[in-house]
Amino acid sequence: MAITEENPGYKWVGTRPIRPDGLEKVTGKAQFGADLMLPGMLFGKVVRSPHAHARIVSIDTTAAEAMVGVKAVITGSDFPDLAANGAHASDIDVANNAIAREKVLYEGHVVAAVAATTREQAEAAAKAVEVTYEILPHVLTVDEAMAEGAPLLHEGMITKGVDPAPEEPSNVASKILHERGDLEQGFGEADVVVEREFTTKPVHQGYIEPHAAVADANTDGRAHIWCSSQGHFQMRAYSATVLGVSPGTLKVTAAEIGGGFGGKTVIYLEPLAVRLSQRAGRPVKLVMDRDEVFRATGPTSGTRIRVKMGVSNDGKITAAEVWMAYEAGAYSGSPVGAAGMTAIACYDIPNFVVEGYDVVCNKPRVAAYRAPGAPMAAFAVESVLDDLARDIGMDPIDIRLANAAVEGTQASYGPKFPRIGFVETLEAIKDHPNYTADLGPNQGRGVAAGFWFNAGMMSSATVHINENGTATVVTGSPDIGGSRQSMALMAAEELGIPYESIKAVVADTETVGFNDVTGGSRVTLATGAAVVDACRLIVEDLRARAAKTWDVEVDQVEWVDGQAQHVDGSQPPLSLSDLAAKSGRTGGPISANASLNSRGVGAGFSTQLCDVEVDPETGVTRVVRYLTAQDAGRAISPDYVEGQMQGGVVQGIGWALNEEYIHDQDGVMENPSFLDYRIPVASDLPMIDCAIVEVPNPAHPYGVRGVGEVGIVPPMAAVGNAINDAIDVRMTDLPMSPVRILEALTEQRD
Amino acid sequence: MKYIAPSSVEEATSLLSTSPSAQVFAGATDVVPQLRAGRSAPEVLVDLKKIEELVSMAKDDDKWTVGAATPTANLTEDEAFSGEFPGLSEAAGLIGSDQIQNRSSLGGNLCNGSPAADSVPAMVVNGARAVIAGPNGTRVLDVAEVVTGPGQTSLEADEFIVEFEIDRMPARSGDAYLRMIPRTEMDIAVVGAGARVTLAEDGSIEEAVVALGAVAPTVVRVPDAEAALVGNTADDETLSAVAEAASGVCNPIDDKRGTVAYRKQVAGVLAKRAVLIAIERAEQRNGSK
Repeated sequence: MAITEENPGYKWVGTRPIRPDGLEKVTGKAQFGADLMLPGMLFGKVVRSPHAHARIVSIDTTAAEAMVGVKAVITGSDFPDLAANGAHASDIDVANNAIAREKVLYEGHVVAAVAATTREQAEAAAKAVEVTYEILPHVLTVDEAMAEGAPLLHEGMITKGVDPAPEEPSNVASKILHERGDLEQGFGEADVVVEREFTTKPVHQGYIEPHAAVADANTDGRAHIWCSSQGHFQMRAYSATVLGVSPGTLKVTAAEIGGGFGGKTVIYLEPLAVRLSQRAGRPVKLVMDRDEVFRATGPTSGTRIRVKMGVSNDGKITAAEVWMAYEAGAYSGSPVGAAGMTAIACYDIPNFVVEGYDVVCNKPRVAAYRAPGAPMAAFAVESVLDDLARDIGMDPIDIRLANAAVEGTQASYGPKFPRIGFVETLEAIKDHPNYTADLGPNQGRGVAAGFWFNAGMMSSATVHINENGTATVVTGSPDIGGSRQSMALMAAEELGIPYESIKAVVADTETVGFNDVTGGSRVTLATGAAVVDACRLIVEDLRARAAKTWDVEVDQVEWVDGQAQHVDGSQPPLSLSDLAAKSGRTGGPISANASLNSRGVGAGFSTQLCDVEVDPETGVTRVVRYLTAQDAGRAISPDYVEGQMQGGVVQGIGWALNEEYIHDQDGVMENPSFLDYRIPVASDLPMIDCAIVEVPNPAHPYGVRGVGEVGIVPPMAAVGNAINDAIDVRMTDLPMSPVRILEALTEQRD
Repeated sequence: MKYIAPSSVEEATSLLSTSPSAQVFAGATDVVPQLRAGRSAPEVLVDLKKIEELVSMAKDDDKWTVGAATPTANLTEDEAFSGEFPGLSEAAGLIGSDQIQNRSSLGGNLCNGSPAADSVPAMVVNGARAVIAGPNGTRVLDVAEVVTGPGQTSLEADEFIVEFEIDRMPARSGDAYLRMIPRTEMDIAVVGAGARVTLAEDGSIEEAVVALGAVAPTVVRVPDAEAALVGNTADDETLSAVAEAASGVCNPIDDKRGTVAYRKQVAGVLAKRAVLIAIERAEQRNGSK
């Protein structure tokens, strides 16, 4: 179902062709990170800390080095000491997270790595590396980390964003604050005020493909890396930093990627593989096991969030006060900044204070996860808004419509919104049959909304016209969510040739201009704009070649349906294949590059409707019906847009109901496997119904906004609100697992 | 590590008596993950699936005989078997995914010794017996006696289960198995409950067996629930007694999969529900086998 404001008569944009990567993936030919084999390649294994917080007293690699088949053993001392070199603090953190130097800050933190002829030899050698630790007291949550006298992860950490700066170090890396109006006055104007406190646990992105990298170092200092990531230019930059080399000495080739969701925008294995390869003189492959993925790669933050909101009886929100603390894991950089900006961004609220804290603790360093920071804040805010609507007897869509941000609203985080489609997503839910479908016993219905900025950033694209008039579209944006298809669809529309005549490829760091990561829902927007720009340069070139052929002025030539036409029809048209065949006589190969820093970001909104059934005797919640409405701006590839919408919802349902990191008292993760870290399985879910809303982004040639992230913002509150509707219990702690729900129900009965 | 696949029971028993550290396996769906995780490192792995008796199903007038390594998919797809023992068939069908179903077996599920093994409570309520081969021939042991604790069995190192014997389901009888998992599949039971009843001519309960999984170091029978059921019908009072008795026999642990309080409470709920399903099935089985 698509709601289209206008139909510009596109021939390819908005169609649903077969995905270009499908055949290779279903036949097993696609090469993922772990698939590459090089002649003479060694297998690596990483040695990880068994302790949550400890000082490294010594590392003895003698025994490991003496073992059969072992070709290299490295530790932190094999990498430049960035702190001693006066590097930027964030670079030091990247390096120390890749391999620990003085302290290990979480269970799973890398302390050494080995490379050997076989995997078994590498595993045995990894066990033979002797590390002596002095165990330190640890902190696992924001509560523990912020407590008086808590053990410190970083002795010199002074909270940023506080004036005057604190004199004593703490585990609080920074404070953020957004304020408007007069809070006291706002709450004074409210007829109903609700205040609640929420907690959420760290959850993992849960990509199916574990991290993998192969490195092949040359003796001249250059190296080639193959890895699965969301941005091989980013992998190059981070690896160069950790290795202390110029980025140009590294070439990175993007493998196919089996999911990222933000978690593959950071490095783990790449610099280790390069250093091992340099030491061994052979290519080296490093592949994580699933438990390493859980123990050492980015989940997103666990949080504690307090929300107080007031409404007048007509449903207007008069004031909002939000306090939030986000776990950053071992190094600063939780997404609390984005959380603070997004928490109440859906609504036009006159009086508010949003205060947030970025808190380090002895868990793996958090990494981006789909709309980083926004989902937890939305869980809290949208739950409280649901309570307020109930208290004043207002429909949950109507209360959101009464406060919805529209074009011209001053966003809670600063700028005025341009044309946005939040209201349209609310209306799409209200107009859908699911909104009035009958509910059975123990069933309940919940609504929640969410906002995400979407990103622009830097992209490059090259378009080549082949000698038969087909085209190759080259970008440097790894295809996680269908970008090869959407690039080809936009190019087909621009060039006027069939989608099937276009091959879109992802090139390595030496073959195409710079591209920022595939993240922030930015690729269809920004890389797409670069592709459109390059195609338009091609069309200009083709018109000029036709004009030259006909000996007329270029303004006498139009490009229509893939062919050059004379405006008065006095010449027989020249198709793209005609022009391509003659390119040698009209100026040589037909090719164009475009690079840009996209500033045309279009904000994304999603409203979702969830029906659940709760078993009151076991606490098990099943989602029985789910509808998501999202403003795509323009759905270039509706199949992939729906895939993104559904994927975000499904991850959100997992976050809502079952997913959580469980640590024991020593800070060791107890559930580092997909058996006990429970992402949803297919049979857990109904079909996720999609309503694509299209309110075009005026700043993009096709109106694209970006669709990858906002879908994960509303689900936890939508599920929680539905549970509340079903059993009259407000769940404030995630996950809303059977154990927790049965506890809450037992408490309610007592 | 050495892999051996004997083709007869005799070959296998003589192999085991000469290689004390050998480990037998059927589908290897538990053994391989344990090897990968470094939790075991046997010198010799003995694959039992090449022995014909171990991968077979047969019935006569008195009993079914199911080879210990028979893939559980064979059980669930055998209409005669799953029609007669729907509870056991459903329990066996809950082990792993469709792919795993082609490897997993009753023998493996039992001898892995997990308190949460789905097929075990269902075998126990049906009075299944294990035929165990060893160097001195075979012996027969109730399935309920095989597992002695988590990962522990009463089998000697040179013994293995050849097959299970399950007496034919009497008239007016039915079985059921339910488990609680947070998801709908691909999970391990937080609580499992098996039940079997036989009804008298007047519809009252003549015989009842209730057994629970994942709530104690081994699968446990619930004698008080069985006593409460016999001579009664499934009225609210009786079902409450069943639930209370089931909660009462639980001796669970607090772990990442569930709390003590949760497991006790839900054991009662599932026991009650399993009994109701077993009664419904018994009512449908009037007479013929």
